[in-house]
Amino acid sequence: MNNPAPNLSDFGHDPLWLSIIKALFIFVFLMVGVLLGVWTERKLISRMQHRYGPNRAGKFGLLQSVADGLKMGLKEDLMPRTVDKVIYFLAPVIIAVPAFLAFSVVPFGPMVSIFGVRTPLQLTDLPVAVLLVLATASIGVYGIVLAGWGSRSPYAILGGLRSSAQVVSYEIAMGLSFVAVFLQAGTLSTSEIVAKQAGGGTWDILGMHIPTPSWYVFSLLPSFLIYAITMLGETNRVPFDLPEGEGELVGGFHTEYSSSLKFAMFMLAEYVNVFTVSAIAITLFLGGWHAPWPISIWDGANTGWWPMLWFFGKLVLAFCFFVWVRASLPRVRYDQLMAFGWKVLIPLNLAWILLAATFRALRLPEVDRGGILALGAVIVIGAFAIWLRFDTTNQRRRERKAAEVEEEFEQLREEPTAGGFPVPPLDLPHYHGVVPAARLHHEAKEVTSGSN
Amino acid sequence: MGESITFWVLAVVSVIAALGLVFSRRAVYSALMLGVVMFSLAVLYAVQDAPFLAAVQIIVYTGAVMMLFLFVLMLVGVDSSDSLVETIRGQRFWAVLAGLAFAALLGLGIGNAVLSPPKGLAAANRAGNVPSLAELIFTRHVFAFEVTSALLITAALGAMVLAHRERAEPKQTQKDLSRARFVRFGQLGRNPGPLPGPGTYARHNAIDMPALLPDGSVSPLSVNRVVARYEAAEGTLPPEVERILQEEALSERANGHVARPLGEEDGK
Repeated sequence: MNNPAPNLSDFGHDPLWLSIIKALFIFVFLMVGVLLGVWTERKLISRMQHRYGPNRAGKFGLLQSVADGLKMGLKEDLMPRTVDKVIYFLAPVIIAVPAFLAFSVVPFGPMVSIFGVRTPLQLTDLPVAVLLVLATASIGVYGIVLAGWGSRSPYAILGGLRSSAQVVSYEIAMGLSFVAVFLQAGTLSTSEIVAKQAGGGTWDILGMHIPTPSWYVFSLLPSFLIYAITMLGETNRVPFDLPEGEGELVGGFHTEYSSSLKFAMFMLAEYVNVFTVSAIAITLFLGGWHAPWPISIWDGANTGWWPMLWFFGKLVLAFCFFVWVRASLPRVRYDQLMAFGWKVLIPLNLAWILLAATFRALRLPEVDRGGILALGAVIVIGAFAIWLRFDTTNQRRRERKAAEVEEEFEQLREEPTAGGFPVPPLDLPHYHGVVPAARLHHEAKEVTSGSN
Repeated sequence: MGESITFWVLAVVSVIAALGLVFSRRAVYSALMLGVVMFSLAVLYAVQDAPFLAAVQIIVYTGAVMMLFLFVLMLVGVDSSDSLVETIRGQRFWAVLAGLAFAALLGLGIGNAVLSPPKGLAAANRAGNVPSLAELIFTRHVFAFEVTSALLITAALGAMVLAHRERAEPKQTQKDLSRARFVRFGQLGRNPGPLPGPGTYARHNAIDMPALLPDGSVSPLSVNRVVARYEAAEGTLPPEVERILQEEALSERANGHVARPLGEEDGK
């Protein structure tokens, strides 16, 4: 029990029955999680909007999602006449299966003993576990795209196309935000990344020993922030829910899937994907199953079955974050979404990776510090020069535009009818011969919009 | 044992998918079949103890490249068929030549791998799968790696240049358009606001029903000229609309204006 954190060599020894138990647990956990997740989301968002939410079926409306699920299962399964039958049928399956797969590499806890077998609380681990998550995500997109294409409906195909472009672009930013974690941890396996976040040193200040945070959310904050944004884009949640933007595309890619079991699959996949990206955020940045600070003072907090509780707690909080974002933010426009992904998130991420790699290189023991710093200085100065160049060009453009607008308003002030703005005649009786302020004081200028 | 079972299952699947790729009539099906082939390859890599290659195969090829193929095919349209006219001269000859050259290259590569004694998986993965691969890529094969990336960047740049279009005049923003509408209002007295919808203040909201002003008279702005012309030909034009159109035509003739529908935006 002295080293409870598993590493890669602890995997692959489970007997078959144990693997089946673990896989079954993950499946049941996700299914129940989706039922409770839908309920939590509806209750929470209702409270944020000053209403009660479902409160009829069962205590606190807890059975509402069970009732909805039953209804979806029992409804007539419509197959529209014009759809591509094979693809229309396959799409919900393709989207749902990979969503479950990704959870097989999520560490729930350290080594425990199950029926006398010592085993990590994790189905499996790979040297490339985090990449496996990205891979399943990219398979899942097929479900959305094929649902859109197979439906033979303009709304659905627009939703599908939007989705493919959005998810592929946000996957790049997401993958880049993992890079700093890989650099820091030196591994791509989830269990080892969690083990690396076990504990930092202590920070001695005024005689107190404050343990420094070892979670990567603190040391790699920019990566975490970018990941938090991309995980919203990757799961098509508000504010990036353009593939199914109901205001403009009815239901987006699942317009033609009326509320039957097939629609339930899409719903299921969406929530499981939310759980997956939350679990990955917890694993990579929020210390995995490690107890948060005040609890971690207790020595037994990170052994046995307790860590599973901390993990679930973090998962619930992460899910509540999704709901909170949904309640607060409006949907962004599509071109803004793409511009944000490509022109902001990816360059920022690249710059941050360079910075993180430089710090990492500086801390290596046998290294030429002067050389690295000189190289860094050259890059920083070069980047600054480029920025300055662009900035002066932009500044000049802005000034020219402002001067143009100013000139136009000057002309209009002198001769109101020239440009045709509807200005009342200045000799109207109710002015009583009073000259308008704009003509009296030439220095009192109008503040025009857009002139900055 | 497990490896050979996986191989025989995937071999059948990928050969069928590859045949489907060639013979299916619809481009989207072909693309999906290609996706299946790529996915089977990834699983084979995983079974052969190359997890990194498997993950990257799925992320890059199945996930990104195939998705872009699909994207294009879907934009082209559902039922579009290929044009059978060959636009490049000598296309077949060069295609056959390139195919033969590729086959020779493939044969050389495979022969090289088969004939030389294998190092073994243990030697290849001594420092772990990912670090060993990284070491090879960034030391021994770094030049090939960088040249490939340069090639890809060149291709992307070329695509951008081909797709780029220089604007002849600056793009009109909403603000510019609004300003132009007001200028037109000042010069021609044209309504700068949106047109009234048909049926406003009326009992009907059909497109052929002109809007009524608060005093009950017909708003000329809301008369749909196309429908009015059709109704005039059919003889079902409501008398008040007819009267308005006649008055308009008279006043236009009197002012020397060119007869032009009121609601229509005149292009700049």
